Amino acid sequence: MEHDGMSMWSTFAPALPEMVLAVISMGLLMLGVFFRHRTVELVNTLAVVGLAVVAVLVLMSGSGTVEAFGGVFVVDALARVMKLLVLFATAVAIIMSVQFLRWERIERFEYAVLMLLAALGMMVMISANGLIALYLGLELQSLALYVLAAMNRESGRSSEAGMKYFVLGALASGLMLYGASLIYGFAGATTYAAIAEALKGGENIGVIVGLVFLLAGLAFKISAVPFHMWTPDVYEGAPTPVTAFFSAAPKLAAMAVILRVLYEAFPGVSDQWRQVVVFMAIASMLLAAFAGVVQKNIKRLLAYSSIGHMGFALIGVAAGGPEGLRATVFYLIIYLLLTIGTFAIVIAMRRDGRAVEEIEDFAGLASTNPGMAFGLGAMMFALAGIPWLAGFFAKYFVLVAAIRADLVVLAIIGVLASVVAAFYYLRVVKVMYFDEPKGAVSAMPFELKLVATLSVVFALAYVIWPQPIVQMAQAAIRPLIQ
Amino acid sequence: MTERKGAARRAREDDRQGNPKAGEEGKEKQMIVQFFFYLFAALLLISGLLVITLRNPVHAVLFLILAFFNGAGLFLLAGAEFLAMILLVVYVGAVLVLFLFIIMMLDIDFAELRAGFTRVLPLGLLVGGVLVAELVMVFLAWQPSPMAEKLRMAATPEGVNNTEALGRILYTDHVFFFQAAGMILLVAMIGAIVLSLHHRRDVKRQDVAKQVARRREEGVRLVDVKPGEGL
Repeated sequence: MEHDGMSMWSTFAPALPEMVLAVISMGLLMLGVFFRHRTVELVNTLAVVGLAVVAVLVLMSGSGTVEAFGGVFVVDALARVMKLLVLFATAVAIIMSVQFLRWERIERFEYAVLMLLAALGMMVMISANGLIALYLGLELQSLALYVLAAMNRESGRSSEAGMKYFVLGALASGLMLYGASLIYGFAGATTYAAIAEALKGGENIGVIVGLVFLLAGLAFKISAVPFHMWTPDVYEGAPTPVTAFFSAAPKLAAMAVILRVLYEAFPGVSDQWRQVVVFMAIASMLLAAFAGVVQKNIKRLLAYSSIGHMGFALIGVAAGGPEGLRATVFYLIIYLLLTIGTFAIVIAMRRDGRAVEEIEDFAGLASTNPGMAFGLGAMMFALAGIPWLAGFFAKYFVLVAAIRADLVVLAIIGVLASVVAAFYYLRVVKVMYFDEPKGAVSAMPFELKLVATLSVVFALAYVIWPQPIVQMAQAAIRPLIQ
Repeated sequence: MTERKGAARRAREDDRQGNPKAGEEGKEKQMIVQFFFYLFAALLLISGLLVITLRNPVHAVLFLILAFFNGAGLFLLAGAEFLAMILLVVYVGAVLVLFLFIIMMLDIDFAELRAGFTRVLPLGLLVGGVLVAELVMVFLAWQPSPMAEKLRMAATPEGVNNTEALGRILYTDHVFFFQAAGMILLVAMIGAIVLSLHHRRDVKRQDVAKQVARRREEGVRLVDVKPGEGL
């Protein structure tokens, strides 16, 4: 095997964004280690710049499907769209962290580095075209996320969150590896294309058991019921910007992996996995709707909210076809943009130098901080799926896709769950607008205000110009429906 | 170390060639190989079982070491001597010894940890039962694809040993996996440092550079003590 310069380059070129991100994160690590004093802000800024550079590289990676490293790594439209979203979510999470870390006195340069490494893991996951690359990417992002959850060492809750996430995450990884080993044992291959090829000879109980375990591991990452137990505790305990990051980027990456695995490696046994996905969708929506009602802490509430939203996104996966898949990707994009804005406001909720997380304490915010109350109210309406706000279209598309795919029961349960869920979203609005004021919260820092404003404008005005996101979702699913 | 193929594979290959003399010899070899396979496998299972049932954690770790030794034996029989050695060097030599230290240093009351055991036993049995049932079902349906067989038998290329063959593909075909695994280890290292390193300001710390840069003039002072006067 001889490599001249050109062929070497063409081997590595598809993974250029990943390589650049890896080098940037290691460079920032060195920068932080050698110039320990007052480098946190510099590292944070450079991390955001680096993410932007990597996003440009992703955008410039051409079009069409390119495979690399012997077919274990693929860059296609799905990968490009999902990577851009992950990079965007990571950059926003870092921007939203700056002030919070200062408030909580946990400014450390490793924070941004770990965020970058988590994003790198997600990119590897998204581009994985086989089980080994998938596992490596998943583990890379998970390890970084465990550490980020436990970042606030002074806080018992943060350490508990990190520990819980770590132990349960390790269990999920174990389940996934067990499933992957069964799949490999029966299909004799680890790349998606080869697995699909091996399954053409008819279904096989070993592969299906393996697939179920694999799905269990991935369901843990998107916190779909029954693998959701960690979510409320980790969301509550982790530093709030980290929670914002958790509820945005890793879910997108894991969902991209689910789409790719189900539709590229296992289209032949879709009857079997559809049952699993339908069950997870129903269970997630219902549990989130009913458990969310009794929550008192806004972060726990948003945890259940994210469980429910993942249930809705899974409806599209179960429905399948161009319409269902597009609805799922569309749902994820809308969810990402809404959840970021919601967390921007939640991060900023502070009174007397301490975070305000109990919903009770938001009482009368409308009279003390009208801007924040309006923003959070708009986000709650949008997340609940009130018509003509952004969240409504997301739910509408998945439900329509479900009905077209003859999953009428699933669609009805979805509607009922969203009605129940609307209760807890609206309760937040009620507390802010109709309860006796408990005193003002401190003003929002500039960057949080910016993120929140953009997100609120998006939620309210999405209906005016809906095409770009629909087109983005349409482009993303093209590789899956051939 | 020119050609190491592993006893089992060599015996199989001889068998397939149908050479009567080699076949005779191969059968004998295969019997020995089988004997050792079952010996290692049985010891592995027994010591594995002891690891999770023994009350004394130190004993459990020692049995885990025995389990790894037997695993290494199995690797050797399969013709993967590099993996066998890595298992010994990395797991036995480093990981488990560290583990032993941790267990000896931490004062964990294992009896207390097991206190809730009977309470969650039914649930554990249920989950375990489901897993076993699945395993049995899977085992009954054991129908490896033709490709799987071919992959399993993928021979070490002629003229190189196992270690070199692994190295050749690890740094070429699988370089992506290799680098990704490296990043994972980096994250683990950063994580360990972030979560445990604590710079305390009230503790005196050794500064090697400062020590080395120290000159005689700063450290030693010549005092001329006059007789009868003292200091």
